[in-house]
Formats: sequence, structure tokens, C-alpha cells
Amino acid sequence: MEFLQPATWREALEMKTAQPQALPIAGGTDVLVDLNFDRHRPEVILDLNRVTELSEWQPANGRLRVGAGVSYSRVISELSDRLPGLALASRSVGSPQIRNRGTVGGNLGSASPAGDAHPALLATRASIEVSSVRGSREIPVDEFFLGPKRNALKPDELIAAFWLRPAPGPQQFAKVGTRNAMVIAVCSFGLALDVEQQTVGTGIGSAGPIPLRAGEAERFLAEALADGNHWRSGQPLPQSARERFGELVAQAARPIDDVRGTAAFRRRALAVLARRTFAWAWQEYTAG
Amino acid sequence: MIEARPLPTRQRPVAQSAITGGIGESVKRPEGVLKVSGDFPYSSDLWAEGMLWGSTLRSPHPYARIRAIDTTQAAAMPGVHSVLTHADLPGRKVYGLEIADQPVLAFDCVRYQGEAVALVAAEHPEQARRAAAKVRVDYEVLEPLSDPELAISGEGPSLHEGGNILRRLRIEHGDQNARAEVVVSGEYVIGMQDQAPLGPESGLAVPDGEGGVDLYIATQWLHVDRDQLAAVLALPPERVRLTLAGVGGAFGGREDLSMQAHACLLALRTGRPVKIVYGRQESFVGHVHRHPGRLRYEHGADRNGRLVYVKASIVLDGGAYASSSTAVISNACSFASGPYAVPNATIEGWVVYTNNPPCGAMRGFGSVQNCFAHEAQMDKLAQALGLDPVELRLRNAFQTGDTLVTGQPLEGPIPVAELLQRVLSMPLPETADASRRDLRELPGGVSNTTHGEGVRRGVGYAAGFKNVGYSEGFPDYSTARVTLRVVEGRAQAEVHTASAEVGQGLVTIQGQIAHTELGVSQVVVLNADTRVGSGGSSSASRQTYITGGAVKTACEAVRQRVLEMARSELGDQAGSGENWRLADDSLIDTSGRTVIDLVTLLGDEVVSEEREYRPRPTEPLDERGQGKAHLQLAFAAHRAVVDVDVELGLVHVVELATAQDVGKAINPLAVEGQLEGGAAQGLGLAIMEQVLVKDGKIMNPSFTDYLIPTILDMPPVRMEVLELGDPRSPYGLKGVGEPPAISSGPAVLAAIRAATGREVSHVPVRPDDLLDL
Ligand SMILES: Cc1cc2nc3c(=O)[nH]c(=O)nc-3n(C[C@H](O)[C@H](O)[C@H](O)COP(=O)(O)OP(=O)(O)OC[C@H]3O[C@@H](n4cnc5c(N)ncnc54)[C@H](O)[C@@H]3O)c2cc1C
Repeated sequence: MEFLQPATWREALEMKTAQPQALPIAGGTDVLVDLNFDRHRPEVILDLNRVTELSEWQPANGRLRVGAGVSYSRVISELSDRLPGLALASRSVGSPQIRNRGTVGGNLGSASPAGDAHPALLATRASIEVSSVRGSREIPVDEFFLGPKRNALKPDELIAAFWLRPAPGPQQFAKVGTRNAMVIAVCSFGLALDVEQQTVGTGIGSAGPIPLRAGEAERFLAEALADGNHWRSGQPLPQSARERFGELVAQAARPIDDVRGTAAFRRRALAVLARRTFAWAWQEYTAG
Repeated sequence: MIEARPLPTRQRPVAQSAITGGIGESVKRPEGVLKVSGDFPYSSDLWAEGMLWGSTLRSPHPYARIRAIDTTQAAAMPGVHSVLTHADLPGRKVYGLEIADQPVLAFDCVRYQGEAVALVAAEHPEQARRAAAKVRVDYEVLEPLSDPELAISGEGPSLHEGGNILRRLRIEHGDQNARAEVVVSGEYVIGMQDQAPLGPESGLAVPDGEGGVDLYIATQWLHVDRDQLAAVLALPPERVRLTLAGVGGAFGGREDLSMQAHACLLALRTGRPVKIVYGRQESFVGHVHRHPGRLRYEHGADRNGRLVYVKASIVLDGGAYASSSTAVISNACSFASGPYAVPNATIEGWVVYTNNPPCGAMRGFGSVQNCFAHEAQMDKLAQALGLDPVELRLRNAFQTGDTLVTGQPLEGPIPVAELLQRVLSMPLPETADASRRDLRELPGGVSNTTHGEGVRRGVGYAAGFKNVGYSEGFPDYSTARVTLRVVEGRAQAEVHTASAEVGQGLVTIQGQIAHTELGVSQVVVLNADTRVGSGGSSSASRQTYITGGAVKTACEAVRQRVLEMARSELGDQAGSGENWRLADDSLIDTSGRTVIDLVTLLGDEVVSEEREYRPRPTEPLDERGQGKAHLQLAFAAHRAVVDVDVELGLVHVVELATAQDVGKAINPLAVEGQLEGGAAQGLGLAIMEQVLVKDGKIMNPSFTDYLIPTILDMPPVRMEVLELGDPRSPYGLKGVGEPPAISSGPAVLAAIRAATGREVSHVPVRPDDLLDL
């Protein structure tokens, strides 16, 4: 097994072009598990840990550019105010050790339907910056996931960063697992209210072959809030509308029965999470 | 006898441990700091010069006939020294704790997914694994028998000679046609639990160059391993020497052989030391599990809440091989009605062969499955009677003089009512305003599923019991050698047994006993090995009792000799030597004056005594399930407080409280550890732990999806420890290790039922069980 250690981003991209089969490694919290289970026998490993650019984040043009190598711990400690949804999702990841090593870029690289960053990124309409020696492109996150553990990267591309607006409103994330920590999501849900544009964003995890958006639920909720003049009045949404929102989220899911839970439970839980996260977000909105 | 060849010190298990306090003191365990700091050498850390690595090819099928095995390609792989199949076995081809029915390497057929078929020894573990994958096995895949009820019915394939019913047991107690005014019934399904020791199976076999072998091994019983190995290797027992290597937890999972025979076979074949270490996935098929079960119960009581009868039918799935199933079903039946006096009972138990993973010993040993059932039944009965659940239990609690359903009379203190009253009267944790609590205190934890919505609190109670020591006439004894001598100017007591320290603190206990019995401040406990007689297994909560008894007896023999030495040396002044005792490294007379210090008295003399300790024998159950089958009974009660998110079916255990009678706490800190650890395992089974098996295949063989409690799932344990003294046991002690794992889970289930108002009958509770889906 060959082990490549580029010192710069440019070098990393060149190596990836020269050897597209090279498997990138960031925190290694997915890669090493795969090696351990003998699911992969990569000939070449491309270690991105020396590429300092990857672990930086900065504001740019009214958005935030967060390097693919920023760990969950740093999202929590440095970005909770600007990216509260992603920070909440990050808090639910693994254990302190995993949060110290694991990165959002790695989560995107693995593209597991259960990845906890995904619902938060979907709800907040993030886009993913991917690069190769040929140049860079931005992929809207809802076009990034192609199938279970498959993403839109070309063989010579690496994930450079993801882009997000500093939260234009309350954001929430909730995940159901049968243990109180260190658990892979049975299902998860991300919600973001955009107060400026008066829109709603959602993300569903672990209840379909890829992380999903609940488009109809988003539109329904945005309309219900607009129709009732709720954004201005701050009045709570009628119970029936809150429940409808939950139902629409549940309907958007495409869950299956597996060892972690049943499809029926996932749908039910998503409806509950959707209602609750909206209630918390709305409470935060009205509290000012 | 050839001495065990010492390994380089770096890899050696702690060769001897110094113990610095006597019984009743919370003496710290000597290996504690090493374990916490990561310096303790576990069996997986063993290393020897020139060592090869062994790997095991396992069956991918739960049931298949083996037509042929071709090892040529594997043998030609780089680094490979040996490839073995059943055809290479020198001795007995099968092994087993009670019935030798499990192939060392499969021949004719495989009966479970993961059964060992071939072995490889190679220079590097990866070479060994790759070569093992190149062994070609021609299987004729057969339809697995995976339903235990089908096994009972006699339909389906017969997996072993004599059919699929491994043991059927019927207990008839009192009037078999008793009727009652109030009757409740229920059916309970218990999932398969894994012992989940943190250290997977591992060990190192070193050939002695003269045809014998030394095995360094993490096990629960060195001698029973040795005897099985001797038969398999076709060697006299004295040429198979075992030394205990660092054990990373056991909980019953190390009672059966795993890699022991395989490593020895490869070592003897290659003439090189061979190490085998399982990974976690292999570990899931490398040891037996707790039996899953289906239990059907009917309880009858009078209007005052007095039990009239219990009828139970208990079906345990033994899986592919016998392991200790026949003893597990005996326990399951003996204690089926719980720690309550029932005048009449009919208990029917089956343990059967299937093509599921083999099941055997796990902490609680048959008393766990039934406790979920009888405690659920008691709550149901209380509800039917309009009685408080604890009150109902108090009215029926066992007392001294009552009998088990097996007819065995209850002797000594039987504090079931007191234990229940104690947990009842402990203060309850306060109900904080759910919406202001830290997420970590709510169901779902940091996953942020509720800020108080849907959260209902419930409180539940359970009592349980089981036997300590072996049952049904199985010979129970332990051996200890105790030596007193002067080392570097100080009197030193050395304790040597073959009893396994599996993390329960046995090394410390042995040292404490010698410390107290011989009054010597410098006590060392030698590493366990087979140079001394059998200590029996570290199981059945028995070691402090039985090996403790052996150490005490050997100490008494040493003390006797020292006193005789003193009397003859000093001349017995008017027979007062009869009352001398040993304390503070000296001989002390009745007035507390030092007669002589031990260093002076002993000089160059080495006083060494080996003794066996045998508690009173037990007897087999007869055809009506009657007999004094059990040695000592240990009781505990638990109270659980849970918060359930009733919309999501998620559970947070807020607190566990327990009261347990330990007879005498030899080491109070160790007792505390057992009460907490056992409760954690009970909680795990109650709400998350289950080996999921589908058509004979394990669906979740890793810690990714076999979930065990984390620190955020395990609440603080409030405890009261009673020391009521058993008149028959050494120091009055009772076995401690298992009762905490018995009633803890059922208390959690009771609390969940109280919170949700639902009849939950599946263990572990799944979210779906708490919702109408
Ligand atoms: C004990 C444990 C608990 C866990 N708990 C959770 C959890 O609760 N929630 C959750 O979502 N995940 C969890 N995970 C999975 C894992 O931690 C996450 O997916 C994490 O985000 C992976 O990040 P990493 O930096 O470690 O990625 P790596 O393991 O280094 O890489 C993951 C994948 O991404 C690719 N990759 C990494 N960086 C790049 C890049 N810049 N460009 C292109 N490809 C790249 C790699 O090639 C690989 O395919 C857990 C893992 C463990 C071991």
C-alpha cells in the first residue's frame, strides 16, 4: 500500500489526478473502520492531514467557506453561532474522540445516508466546492448525493470546502438512535428557517437511499407561515398545519426495514421530529 | 514436570501482585492503575520470539454438508507454515463443557454460521487471513433449522444424534391441578445477549520442543480448558500447561473453548509459538451467547394477593451445540417463579438445538430470562388485584423455611422482603422540569429529540435471585497453595491458585484473605496457572466463596504448622500456645503481647500447604424436578426510574437503585463495582442489547449495531449492601457477581410499563414496542 502525504492543496490535487484510485483520508474515522472490516484494500492512500488549507474557514462574499477538513469539534466550538444547525448535528456525532478526528468533508466523502452532517447541510442549502487540477466547481448539496455511499465527485476530484450562509434564522437538528450517544441515526432531521427570504429548509437522514429534502413540506410550511402572516405576527401555527408539516416530511422519506429500525418507525419518528424541531425553531424566532 | 517457559517480561501477565489489606477493607486492586493507564498486558498483547499467527476459516452457512475441503492453494500462499482441517486432528474431534458435541474443526457438516472449518498459521496475521480465505470448502447448503419451537415439535432436520431436544425438564411442585380466584398470563420474548467483553478471544501457544505445549490464555477455567485440550491433542494433561494471560472481561463467554485448541494444534504442528487474536466480528461467532427465550406464564392468586400457583413453559434456544445449556435450563426452571413462596407450580423447560449461534453461560445463567417473565407477571397480578406491586411482592416474598419449587428448603437469612423495602424507601430522584433539563438527562440524549415533549416518568421494581456455585451434583471445589517464608528480611505470604482473575477482583480477594488469616503485611498472589490444582471456573458467582474458602483453608493449615513450630521451638508455656494467633507479622498471645516475630521464627523455613475446599454437595433434580440442587442462594432487588418519550419510544434510565445481601463484603469497593457493572448489563439487555439472528445468521456482529450502554445511558446506582451472614460459607459471604444483572433489567421494564401503560413483552424493548405503528 502506497501512502501519499501532500503538503499543499495543489500537490494533493496533482496526486489525485496522477492516481485517481488513491483513497483520500481525512480524520480516518470511516476509512479505518472500512479497512478494519476488510471492505477496502486501497492500493494508494492520500493523506490530507498536512494540507492546512483544508482545515480553515472564513467568511467570503456574505457566505462562509468551511474547509472540508474542519472537525466536528471545531464546528461546535467555532461556528455554533453562525451555523447552529450543523453545530447541533455535530454534537450528536459519535464520541469526543470521533468529533475531534471526524470531519464534515469526510462525512460528505462517505456519503452515507446516515451521515449526520447531511440533513443540516440540506436544510441550509449548502453547496459543496470540489476541485481538481482542472479547476473547481460548486455542487448544490441536494445534487451531491447520487446513491448509498455514492457522491458526485469525479475520480480526479477532491472536496475542498462547503459553502453556507451564516444562519439567516433559527436552525434545528434532531436524530433518533436507540442509545443516548455514539449511535448511528435510525433517522434524523434538519430544519432551517430563512427569516429574510421567509423560506423553510429541511433535510432527512437515514430514511432513504440518500439524504433527502422534503420539498413539499418545505413549501407547505413556508406558505402556511406566509398565508397566516405568521412571520410578522409571531403567532403560532395552528396545530393542524404543524401536523401536516410532520406528515409531509414523513411522506418524503423512503425508508426501509433494517437492523437499526423499521420503515414504519422511521416515518413516525420523522413526523414527530419535524413537528418538534419546528416548534423549537419558531419559539426561538418569536423570542427574538 | 516441565516448567512453563517464561515469556519475555514485557509481555508477561502480572506475575505476582502485592495486596496490602485484609478482609472487609476496600483494598485497591493491584492491576487497577495498569488497566486504566493502558499498560496492563492482555492476552492479545502476548508475544514470543519466532511467533506465527493463526487464522480460522469459518463457515458462511448456518447449516451445510461438507463435501470436500481443498487446502492446496492455501498452503502455497506466502508465509504459510501450516493449514489444518479435521483430518489433521490427533485426538478427540469434539469438545464441550457438559456434552462433547462441538467439532474442533468441522467434519461432515457445519451447524452454525461461523463454525470453525480450517486453520492457517503464517508469519503475519494478514498472510494467515488471506491464506484461510483460499481454503476451498465444497458445501452442500442445507435449509437451517432456526425456530426453536420447530425443534421441539420434532419437525425439521435432526441436528445431533438423539434429536434436537437438548434437555427437557419438568418441575412438579404441590397440587398440579390448583385453581385460583385471580389468574394472569403472559408470553415474554427475550433476545440473545452478547457478553461483549472488551477483550476479544486471544492467546499464545508455545510448543515445548518435547511434544507438549504451554498455552497463555484468557479464560475462565484453566483446568477444564486443559482437560479438553489434552483430549483433543491426545496428550497427557501434564504436558498441556496453561497460564492465565490478562483477561479483558469474560461474563460467561470464556467458559467454552474458542481458539485454545486451534492455537495449540498449530503450535505443535509447526513447532513455533502461535498466537491467535479474534477481531470483534469473529468474537461474535467465537463465543456462546445468552440464550434467547420464549416464556409463557400463568400466575394464580387468591383475592388477598397470595400466590396459589405458577405455571411456566420456558423454551430456550441452545443453538448449534450444547455448551452449558443443560445447566442453564436447570436454573431457568429452578428459579422460574422468582423469589416468592408458591405452594403449587408446574414448570416445563426445554432447551433445544437449532442452527442458530450456540448459547451458553452468561452472567445470571438462566435466571435472567425468567426474571423478566416472573416480574412482569407479578406486576400484572398486582394490577389485576388492585394492589401496589411492591406490596404484592412483600406478601409473597420468600422467607427462611419456605421451599423452592424444587423442594429445596431455604436456610439462613432470606431477606427478600427487606431488600424490597429498602429500595422502596430510598429517596426518589427529583422530577426536574423536563423543559429545563440538560439534553443528556432526557431520552435521546445529545441527539436532541425532545426538550420535554412526550416525556413520561415511570418507576418500577423487581426482585430476583439465583444460586451461587455449581448445581445438581456437579463437583464443586477449589484448590489453593499458600506459602509463608522470609523474603528480603520480611515475612511474606504467597497465594497460588488456578482461579481466573477475569476483572472481578479475585486476585485482591485472595490476598486479603491471606493477609487476614496469617497476619502478614506482605502478601503476594501468584499468577494463576495449572501447576496448582483446579480452582474451578470464575463463574456462578462462586470464586470468592469457593476459592476464597480454599485460600482460607490453606492459610489455616499454614498457620497450624507455624503455631506447631513455635510451640516446639519456644517450648509451650503451660499450653498457652493453643491460643496464640498471628497478627502484625508476629505471633501474639492472648494478652496481645508479641511472643515472637515471624521472621525470627521462620528463619529459612518455608511453610507451604496446598488444600482443597469443598462446600457441601448438591444433588441432581429427579424426574419431578425435585432435589437439593443448589448450594447457596443470593438475592437482590432493584428499583428503576425511567423517562420515556412516548411519541418516539425512546427511553432514558434516570436512576437504578438496588439492595443486595452479600453476606459479608470482603471488599466493599469491589462489591460496589459488581453492583454497578451488573446493573449496566441488565439495563443493556432491557433497552438495547440484542444479537439479531435471521435464518441462522447474525445481522449485527459488531459494536456498530450491537449497542451496549455508554456512560450517557448508565445512570448512577443508589445502593444498599446488606451483610446478613450465611452461616455455612467462609466469613458468611455470598456470591455477589450475578444478582445485579438479574433484577435490574426487569425493573427497567416495569418502569417503562409504568410510564407508558403498555404491556411490553419483548426484551430488549424496541421503540416500535412503545408506539402504535
Ligand atoms: C465510533 C464512530 C462513531 C461515529 N459516529 C458517527 C455519527 O454519529 N454520525 C456520523 O455522521 N458519522 C459517524 N461516524 C462516521 C464518521 O466519523 C463520519 O462519517 C466522519 O464525518 C468521517 O470523517 P473523517 O474525516 O474521519 O473521514 P475519513 O474516514 O478520513 O474519510 C471518509 C471518506 O471521505 C473521503 N474523503 C475524506 N476527505 C475527503 C476530501 N477532502 N475529498 C474527497 N474525499 C474525501 C475518504 O476517502 C473516505 O471515503 C462514526 C464513526 C465512528 C468510528
